[in-house]
Amino acid sequence: MMRFMLLFSRQGRLRLQKWFTAISEREKKKIIREMTTMVLARPPRTCNFLRWKDLKIVYKRYASLYFCLGVEDEENELLALEIIHRYVELLDKYFGNVCELDIIFNFEKAYFILDEFLMGGEIQETSKQIVNRAIESSDMLQEDDHSEWYDVELFG
Amino acid sequence: MPAVSKGDGMRGLAVFISDIRNCKSKEAEIKRINKELANIRSKFKGDKALDGYSKKKYVCKLLFIFLLGHDIDFGHMEAVNLLSSNKYTEKQIGYLFISVLVNSNSELIRLINNAIKNDLSSRNPTFMCLALHCIANVGSREMAEAFASEIPRILVAGDTMDSVKQSAALCLLRLYKTSPDLVLMGEWTSRVVHLLNDQHMGVVTAAISLITCLSQKNPDEFKTCVSLAVSRLSRIVSSASTDLQDYTYYFVPAPWLSCKLLRLLQCYPPPEDGAVKGRLVECLETILNKAQEPPKSKKVQHSNAKNAILFEAISLIIHYDSEPNLLVRACNQLGQFLQHRETNLRYLALESMCTLASSEFSHEAVKTHIETVINALKTERDVSVRQRAADLLYAMCDRSNAKQIVAEMLSYLETADYSIREEMVLKVAILAEKYAVDYSWYVDTILNLIRIAGDYVSEEVWYRVIQIVINRDDVQGYAAKTVFEALQAPACHENMVKVGGYILGEFGNLIAGDPRSSPLVQFNLLHSKFHLCSVPTRALLLSAYIKFINLFPETKATIQEVLRCDSQIRNSDVELQQRAVEYLKLSSIASTDVLATVLEEMPPFPERESSILAKLKKKKGPGAVSVTELEDGKRESGELNGGGDRGQDAASTPSPSADLLGIRSSAPVSAAPASAGSLLVDVFSEAGPAAPSGAVNDDGFLRFVCKNNGVLFENQLLQIGIKSEYRQNLGRMYLFYGNKTSVQFASFTTTVNCPGELQSHILQSKPVEPLVEGGAQIQQVLNIECLTDFSDAPLLNIKFRYGGALQNLTLKLPVTINKFFQPTEMASQDFFQRWKQLSQPQQEAQKIFKANHGMDTEVIKAKLLGLGMALLDNVDPNPENYVCAGVIQTKSQQVGCLLRLEPNAQAQMYRLTLRCSKDSVSKRLCELLAQQF
Repeated sequence: MMRFMLLFSRQGRLRLQKWFTAISEREKKKIIREMTTMVLARPPRTCNFLRWKDLKIVYKRYASLYFCLGVEDEENELLALEIIHRYVELLDKYFGNVCELDIIFNFEKAYFILDEFLMGGEIQETSKQIVNRAIESSDMLQEDDHSEWYDVELFG
Repeated sequence: MPAVSKGDGMRGLAVFISDIRNCKSKEAEIKRINKELANIRSKFKGDKALDGYSKKKYVCKLLFIFLLGHDIDFGHMEAVNLLSSNKYTEKQIGYLFISVLVNSNSELIRLINNAIKNDLSSRNPTFMCLALHCIANVGSREMAEAFASEIPRILVAGDTMDSVKQSAALCLLRLYKTSPDLVLMGEWTSRVVHLLNDQHMGVVTAAISLITCLSQKNPDEFKTCVSLAVSRLSRIVSSASTDLQDYTYYFVPAPWLSCKLLRLLQCYPPPEDGAVKGRLVECLETILNKAQEPPKSKKVQHSNAKNAILFEAISLIIHYDSEPNLLVRACNQLGQFLQHRETNLRYLALESMCTLASSEFSHEAVKTHIETVINALKTERDVSVRQRAADLLYAMCDRSNAKQIVAEMLSYLETADYSIREEMVLKVAILAEKYAVDYSWYVDTILNLIRIAGDYVSEEVWYRVIQIVINRDDVQGYAAKTVFEALQAPACHENMVKVGGYILGEFGNLIAGDPRSSPLVQFNLLHSKFHLCSVPTRALLLSAYIKFINLFPETKATIQEVLRCDSQIRNSDVELQQRAVEYLKLSSIASTDVLATVLEEMPPFPERESSILAKLKKKKGPGAVSVTELEDGKRESGELNGGGDRGQDAASTPSPSADLLGIRSSAPVSAAPASAGSLLVDVFSEAGPAAPSGAVNDDGFLRFVCKNNGVLFENQLLQIGIKSEYRQNLGRMYLFYGNKTSVQFASFTTTVNCPGELQSHILQSKPVEPLVEGGAQIQQVLNIECLTDFSDAPLLNIKFRYGGALQNLTLKLPVTINKFFQPTEMASQDFFQRWKQLSQPQQEAQKIFKANHGMDTEVIKAKLLGLGMALLDNVDPNPENYVCAGVIQTKSQQVGCLLRLEPNAQAQMYRLTLRCSKDSVSKRLCELLAQQF
């Protein structure tokens, strides 16, 4: 399973943190610090995988943002890389050419999108269409704010 | 202000975020945040009831502040209020806040659980998903208690929407991981397994994570998943790239699901059903073939997804370790990746090959890539890739290539990254020891190691070289000569001085004949280093000096002068002062005889597990030491130093001290359990605390053939004791797991597997407690029923977390066919009559073997009785021989067995003959018994 996902900028500023297991705030801060230093110190065009304690760290840079995933030993590194990519695609689809600012100003959306995609450290839905549809429909609910609407649609 | 958010934007939030971003300093940011916190606090406390939108906005601001790294001590109640809003958008923010700020605030958890309960029963799928997400995110015990019984129902209910099923499966998985005792399977097991057949690929993808985890814990209950997984996999693998629509990822059909299916299959041995196995092998072949096809897209996502499946398939092939063809094909495929232009693939290929190197089928194939791997070690730009190359060289090392690999690793060490030097040093030291055919090569290698990377040579390494030199007289002269030469260098590492001091103090006499290394020259050389050394080294040198006085009386005056000078005898360090004073007195008072006795050459060290290996295990974290060394040890033991010429079973000799006179009470060689084996190599056959599951520890197994109670296994962490009793074809075994540490073991699980045709039926009564406190012992009872005769032993797999690290251990459980013996008394005449009846050649098994233990009559009798047969007197005409009879009780049949054991005291040999009414039983009993006497 995945243990955490972190998004941070080239300057090491954290933009999103998702933890899939319960750990203390202190421990979180320590991990964030270690991940940013470790990943940012990597020269370009090196491989995307690192070992850290009993975890595999898989990271990739998209424009100014680093996406960093900590996964347990039995996880497949290449697919972890594609989990990152799929998340970027989902963000991109939602925001349209996503950039760091989108994530800063709409951090709650970034979390909602992640929640549709991953859950409890496992992948929940790999289909881009289905995830997008779920997010769009929750946006519709936001606009109308008639929560009963969905109810009627489905069961009425 | 950029990027107005979609949906309903919260303008106030955007303004606030913008303000924070404009802050020029940390102080300004804190000031702005405090202002906002004060504002929100007053709004929450104000008389005016806030509308939902404002409440949501402020909660969201608090969340933002928290995520910036500031503490939040209010607002939880408002967030909980949002949960019960019937506006989706408010509810969603409320749940997000709760999920992020998980805080086992007991008053709130009840309210939160209430809100979740309402949403779960709302039948509104979006609300249900939100609630399930919240449970999975928080995952606390209170939540597990409240919902663990509800969620399985949602998961398997016929009218549950697909998206809710997906969330429910993963939510349940999370609860199972945190509180396995609260998640009860049982009636819904089979319906969960059948989710593998669900039409919705998303449901299968989510469910398989749950099923994999449950299968690891309860393989038997979930074993029907194997055939379902194989057929699902086969459908995906054979589908065209467009068949699966949106589940095709860059022209690769369902890569995530494929990998998860392959991962699930790794929880089980190869399928027994021939058809299923055939289908699976076909799948694996197709995957290997597809990897060779030209790519359907140039995008890296395409190749990543395709290769992810390939690597997972290779893992499964390695796990089965039974298909030589596939193993060799896998190895060739990985060989291509070793030179791939993608760094990621080179990295993974090196990593994956490490495990292939431990399979006897592919070890040779891996070795053919040695030049490429050495080249990778030298030329890769990326240190993590170089590290993998070093790991692989270590894993592929055997007697045939050890010299080359050690030489390459040594030369790499000169330029190696600081981060991996210590580990490299340990590996070189281990390989040099393990494959040393001549010990001068070993000594050279270690001294080179000290020369090249002295700072990274830990104490264990130089203790070890000294132990070996002390224990092998054929290398002592060479070692003395070599260290003497090494010490000539103007700047030499302190570790070199330590080794030099110790060895010359012991064996300097072996080179003293040469005037270039006369006693005084040796002493002056050592003493020239003295002042630059640390206190412990100086203490060691002082001990070497007193040894010199004994070895070379002509140096006495010079050395006494050195000891007498103020810098020694008045040294401010109490240890140095004491040594100087004592040695000075000793050398002046004691007669030469006394001196010679006190300062005698060190006795050989008892053989034990290499402390270096223990150190490497510790460094890499348990479980990280590759399987090879354990298996290699088995493969190799007995070749080098096989006879154990100086190897004594010396567990009781005092622990060796690096100090010549043992003044310091330290026992530098770590307290690894002493293995009662032969020399050096045997250390590897001891499965240490980190035995990977691939290696089965059967050390204890044979000791239990003739007894039922005792300690089956023990390492630094864990002790496993056994008490067992058998009656007819039934048995009961009590397992006692003792935590020897002061730290709790978490996620403690044990599983018993019966491999192959094993028919002895194990009904595990109930799982053990997941937590074993430090110093505590827990008990587990196994009920055993022998259905028919068998040869393999059941395997006990134990997993737990100690500190952060997963410990994984597999032991052979000592359930052997002889446990089900009923003794049968009979007279001489009957015995011979039956003996003749069992005269078909295959009914008899015979072995002639050398005695492993003393041939004491009483001991032999006790063992035969422990075996379970009746020991018959006055049957054999030769009173020296032993004759036994018994019947093995299995559920399906009874097997009559007769035994004759003929000792030959002169030749220290035995001849063992068994005749049984079933030939497989004769064979098995003969194997088991031949190792007992």
